[in-house]
Amino acid sequence: METALISPAKAWVMGVPTVIFSVLIPLIGVAAFTYIIAKRLAPLVRAKPDPRLDRPIDRLKAMLLYAVGQYRQPRYMMAGVLHIILFAGFMILSLRSITLVVLGIQEGFVLPGLGGVVGHIYNVLKDIAATLVLIACIIAAVRRGIFQPERYDVPKRYGKNHTGEAVFVLMLISTLVTCDMLFEGTYVAAQLKKGISPEFVLPATGTWFAASFFSDSSFAVLQRVHLGAYYLHDLVFFFFLCFLPMGKHFHVITSLPNVFLMKLRKGVIKPVEWGVDESKLDELKSFGVKKFEDFTWKHMLDFYSCADCGRCSDQCPANAVKRPLSPRFISIKSRDYCFKNYPIRGEITPKDEMLIGTIFTEDEIWSCTTCGACEAECPIFIEYIDKIVDLRRGMVDEGMVPQSLQKPLKAIEKRGNPWGKMEKKRSEWVKALPETCEVKLFEQGDTADTLYFVDSITSYDDRMQKIAQATAKVLCAAGIDFGILGKDEKDSGNEVRRFGEEMLFQDLKSHNTEMIRETGVTRIVTSDPHALNALKNEYAGLPPVEHVSQTIVKAVSSGKLRLKPIEDVQKVYTYHDPCYLGRHNGIYEDPRKALDAIPGLRRVDMLKSRDRSFCCGGGGLMLFYEPEEEQRMGVLRVKMAQKAGANVIVTACPFCLVNMEDAIKVAGLEGKMEAIDLAELIERHIDRGEVEEQETGKSEVNPETQVA
Amino acid sequence: MEILVCVKRVPDTAENEIVVNSSGSDIERGDLVYSVNEWDNYAVEEAIQIRDRVGGSVTVVTVGDEESEEVLRREMAMGADKGILISDPAFEGSDGKGIASILKAEVEKGKYDLILTGAQADDGAAQVGGMLAAMLDLPFASLVNKIEIVNDKTIKVGREVEGGNQEMNEISLPCVLSIQTGINEPRYVGIRGIRKVASVEIPVHKAADLGIDPAKVGKAGAKVKKVDYFIPPAGKGAEILEGSSEEIADKLIELLKAKGGIK
Repeated sequence: METALISPAKAWVMGVPTVIFSVLIPLIGVAAFTYIIAKRLAPLVRAKPDPRLDRPIDRLKAMLLYAVGQYRQPRYMMAGVLHIILFAGFMILSLRSITLVVLGIQEGFVLPGLGGVVGHIYNVLKDIAATLVLIACIIAAVRRGIFQPERYDVPKRYGKNHTGEAVFVLMLISTLVTCDMLFEGTYVAAQLKKGISPEFVLPATGTWFAASFFSDSSFAVLQRVHLGAYYLHDLVFFFFLCFLPMGKHFHVITSLPNVFLMKLRKGVIKPVEWGVDESKLDELKSFGVKKFEDFTWKHMLDFYSCADCGRCSDQCPANAVKRPLSPRFISIKSRDYCFKNYPIRGEITPKDEMLIGTIFTEDEIWSCTTCGACEAECPIFIEYIDKIVDLRRGMVDEGMVPQSLQKPLKAIEKRGNPWGKMEKKRSEWVKALPETCEVKLFEQGDTADTLYFVDSITSYDDRMQKIAQATAKVLCAAGIDFGILGKDEKDSGNEVRRFGEEMLFQDLKSHNTEMIRETGVTRIVTSDPHALNALKNEYAGLPPVEHVSQTIVKAVSSGKLRLKPIEDVQKVYTYHDPCYLGRHNGIYEDPRKALDAIPGLRRVDMLKSRDRSFCCGGGGLMLFYEPEEEQRMGVLRVKMAQKAGANVIVTACPFCLVNMEDAIKVAGLEGKMEAIDLAELIERHIDRGEVEEQETGKSEVNPETQVA
Repeated sequence: MEILVCVKRVPDTAENEIVVNSSGSDIERGDLVYSVNEWDNYAVEEAIQIRDRVGGSVTVVTVGDEESEEVLRREMAMGADKGILISDPAFEGSDGKGIASILKAEVEKGKYDLILTGAQADDGAAQVGGMLAAMLDLPFASLVNKIEIVNDKTIKVGREVEGGNQEMNEISLPCVLSIQTGINEPRYVGIRGIRKVASVEIPVHKAADLGIDPAKVGKAGAKVKKVDYFIPPAGKGAEILEGSSEEIADKLIELLKAKGGIK
């Protein structure tokens, strides 16, 4: 068959057959790439174990949805859409790139399956893809290079700005697609000149522009550009392949596996060491992450995968109030450290040094409230909480715990609550309840179907005791037979575990588990999402655990609990999603439904709600920690509520209530804004039958009048 | 450097509600939780840090009943190399001088370059350190908030002088120092640390082991005797604010404003 131009497989330049380059470039490229990847795997083989191959079907589904489907990308619309175009373009053009590489060796090569009609369709598709990728690259480069969104900024203490690398890679990609356009465009132009009818080229694509541009050029020029474009593509392609593992573009290779290998169980902290049973923890020589190799291989893969997009830090409440923590740089600093100790060329030099004091600071690691906003945002499911907790375990093991946290930890060890209050006073809040509401005490041998697990703050704090009382009244009104553990209850330990004191957590867990099992209850209700999380996800062998908002919704829908119309129709309510109810346990709807069950209640959602909820400042031991920060998270949150047009913040967590009430005072919004717990609000609106029939009737009418 | 730190097990004031018993002789001890005296904890941390810098060993010692072993283990979990429990029924009811003389006997059994005590105890009278030094005829510095090791014969110690000034003194070894809180940041001792030292043997020294005449210590030898224990009545001008924390805070602010304390 006559061809319009000489293919790179057959061409000679200055007496040398170019096919030599067509063979050598890929050979060298693939060899170098293999070597680089082998080097990059070196730290992973020295890392701690991390089993990640369970539930393969769920993993595959997640990978299809989040990695292939780019599901989380549009959460940041502009960047997300650009990324989807680039990613889809990459997927489509990868076949074209493989074809191109072989074309340099074998003229007229077609990938199996891409012949005939499919081939024609693919050709048009890849021209569209290449064109869109080029446009996306230009927009992205302008955005990164000129507009420089704040999110990508690198504060001085974290190292150099990464804009150069980002723009450089965009240029590489642009070069690749442009080369293909020129390679194909010159060929089409030559065919037209020779009167051979070319493959269909969709007008307005890059290839079409190239063909038009070169339509008047001589064969010599066409031939040169054709070959030049081919080898430039070949070189850039293999250079790019080897460049990927050098920085943030490693994600191009690692993110699909990273998503496949994601953490599937939420709300639970990884064990101290995978494969070591809780009863054998005492035998471990060291706890947590101290040196780099103490991370699990998956956590190292996370570091490799970080695309430096900054979404985690953009959502991080600690970062927002200028605490010395930015999750993005946990990944970036670790990766830089890893690359330094495991260089591509030269000797591997793992260092037996504490990461704290080297690349991290103590305050940085204590600053995290474990709210999970970063993890909910990361498009490729990089984990932060487990790493932070592992680093804390390492610090606890070395005794590096700030004095502000030592006291409450010791008090929990001695008294079962962080304030060191007397055990026997744990059930004192019950005294303020009316006689009509009986709270059984399992410690006195009472029996009941349901256990109300109160936890420390709600038991002891004089303001939070009101939540306990309201919860008890709601349970009474719903006709639930329940009791409490009283002095036999100890702190659930949700934060004890998250602050790295694993052995204390294990003690609390076994104590509470034993006490709960002795009661013989068939259900556990709690008003504290932190307790809910610990009991439901971290404890084992307990009856089902539910949050009081779920109990309320069930009682309302079964008709056992009837609610009166809203007391003050002027008020606008907003619901603040507690991290441990929402993000960690997926309970977003029940508290909203419970609120909407109060007839006439006007409710608005804040801009940041549900899985983008903004942490109030953290619970449990976080109340005792004295962070370095410019302002309180709660103050920012209260202002968000104000912006949403609300004047009452409803929470469903005692710690949120503490933080919100403080924040309202700090923000000077007293009188303009108030905070209340869901249980308290519901309790105020219990219809105990003293209202007339008419009004109860109203409550069954409909939700349309409510603002949602 | 061989360092001995004298520690004491005390009811933790932060984690107890201290109530005087009905006879007024002591506090109700039924529901109390105990811990190592805070000042002593700083002393042990300082000793560990010195050992880590210049080598040697840290021994912690306490005079008490068998339950006092718990605080020794906690300090050993912190990093002390050895613990010694001095326990004998004859020691019960000792006054400060009695305790100092018991400790003196223990110090003389070993060879220590540096002997540290806490500046005082939660339930103590800040007297043992000074007496111990005098009995041993060793130099003594009290309220120490800084220690610099010069060589194996001399150290420099600092103390805060009233008004916020700092004083540094040179002192020759061996010596006795009473340590002030704030000299360092004591490390955290977790459950894991305590378990690691749970099976380490702690020797118990009795009166006979130390060659102490039981008649000179304990209740028998005590020249200072507690005669009463009570919560003092509110004096003139003192006012106890009552109500919820919030109400108390509001009242306090009102009072401070009224007296011109804040504007």
